[in-house]
Amino acid sequence: MRVKQISVFIENRSGRLREVAEILGKSKINIRALSLADTSDYGILRLIVDKPHEALTVLKKANFTLSETDVIAVEVSDKPGGLADVLNVLGNSGINVEYMYAFVEKSSENAVMIFRIDDIDKAVKALKAGNVTILDHGRITSI
Amino acid sequence: MIWNKEYETMPVGERKKLQFERLKYVLNNSYEKVPYYRKSFDKAGIKPSDFKKLSDLSKFPAVTKIDLRDNYPFGLFALPLSKVQRLHASSGTTGKPIVAGYTRNDLEVWSEVMARTLSCGMCTSEDVVQNAYGYGLFTGGLGVHYGAEKVGATIIPISGGNTKRQVMIMQDFGTTILTCTPSYALNIAEFGESMGVDMTKLKLKSGLFGAEPWTNEMRQNIERRLGVTAVDIYGLTEVIGPGVSSECQEKNGLHVFDDHFYPEIIDPVTLEPLPEGEKGELVFTSLTKEAFPVIRYRTRDITRLFGDSCPCGRTHILMERVSGRTDDMLIIRGVNVFPTQIESVLLALEETEPHYHIHVYREGNLDNLEVWVELSERYFSDEIKQLESLNKKIAHEIQSLIGIACRIKLVEPKTIERSEGKAKRVTDHRNL
Repeated sequence: MRVKQISVFIENRSGRLREVAEILGKSKINIRALSLADTSDYGILRLIVDKPHEALTVLKKANFTLSETDVIAVEVSDKPGGLADVLNVLGNSGINVEYMYAFVEKSSENAVMIFRIDDIDKAVKALKAGNVTILDHGRITSI
Repeated sequence: MIWNKEYETMPVGERKKLQFERLKYVLNNSYEKVPYYRKSFDKAGIKPSDFKKLSDLSKFPAVTKIDLRDNYPFGLFALPLSKVQRLHASSGTTGKPIVAGYTRNDLEVWSEVMARTLSCGMCTSEDVVQNAYGYGLFTGGLGVHYGAEKVGATIIPISGGNTKRQVMIMQDFGTTILTCTPSYALNIAEFGESMGVDMTKLKLKSGLFGAEPWTNEMRQNIERRLGVTAVDIYGLTEVIGPGVSSECQEKNGLHVFDDHFYPEIIDPVTLEPLPEGEKGELVFTSLTKEAFPVIRYRTRDITRLFGDSCPCGRTHILMERVSGRTDDMLIIRGVNVFPTQIESVLLALEETEPHYHIHVYREGNLDNLEVWVELSERYFSDEIKQLESLNKKIAHEIQSLIGIACRIKLVEPKTIERSEGKAKRVTDHRNL
């Protein structure tokens, strides 16, 4: 149920982000979703890719500072209030979302959101009980 | 291991007599042979014959780096160049360098004090010394070289730089002792680690590091990563080069080889001598140098002298490791800041790498201090708030030590320039 997210420490220097994209591209690694959190000095690029292990290896080789985190990918129905429904399920179980971001593409008729949550097991349980669909790595890469 | 028991463990009273006799000669000889000293003594209204006891030395005028530079290149030599066997020079980053000349006997003395220094770092004739101090006009390389030869060790004169080869030679030649600047030692350790070499498993046992100020925290980091015991060695071109003082295995202060170099501590503002134990500017008078004697040379190094008893048995006076050279001191919003203060905070942290650079800016009328430090990969998190709180923690710890606020900029590992000699820690963007 967990999806591997790769985070890259990116100093605010020109060309750094492009380098990541180029390295992944050359290695035929496809970026499925990403988000960039930034401060004035640096940013953290979070990536969901089709081949996380390979991505870690090639970025490491290029001297990037990396970390690996488990996140969950959740289907959110693509209509007004869809996201609120999912957040309600989590909120009612006392689960806090650290951050989240969206997939560009849809899974059938639904939008896909990536959630970063401290207690993933608890979240998975709550979401399942709330009839929310959670996607695994295979599903994510085949979207 | 004591190289020269007779002089290094000499009863203090006896050494005082020796110092007095030697000082008397140096004052007389310099007055006679060096016009500069004759002029400056005359101007101060003092004669070599006024030197009647050790404490009278403080009545003689001090000489500064500027005075030496004004007499560039050979103006303060007491002998003609025909008697000088070798010349060295300081780096001269700000204008003309300081030139030091050595007679055959001066070189002999230098080898002697370097043999003592190396022995302080556990070097014997059985050892293989990899000397990664730069060879050339800089005194570090050749100073260590001749000291190690005198001890009878096997010396590898590799000089600084080409870090990959340093690691290879260390592995292949079975180096037991490394000599270089502390920042370069750290660079070698890091490079070896990145090559996949377990640096702690090599034959290295000891390191003698100097030529730049460093902290105990830096020492621990180097010791852990290279599997050595590291001692601080001290010296300067104007006095002789390395070999002026050295830590022994107790690592509690540096033994000043005060049968050759007589130390005093003065108040850098009033120039008054300070009593033993008080912190001030370190001043040296050479006792045996023939070609280039210095009388009361102001080193600009801030330290204190304390006691002369050490479990190792040496009776030389001890000086505290130099926490800052006045040349390196930054004045930020009126507060004196030494890069080593910032280093001590950063190296005590686990979340950052021991590599940093200090930038000073002036924005409007305000000085701003910015410290760049490499984030350690182990502590990199996907959450901004973690990094922000690390940022705040570092800023807070630095502020509580130096008393002024600073900005911390976390940068990617291996992006701060690595040193192959003396590390450049500060960029001052102010046009003062």
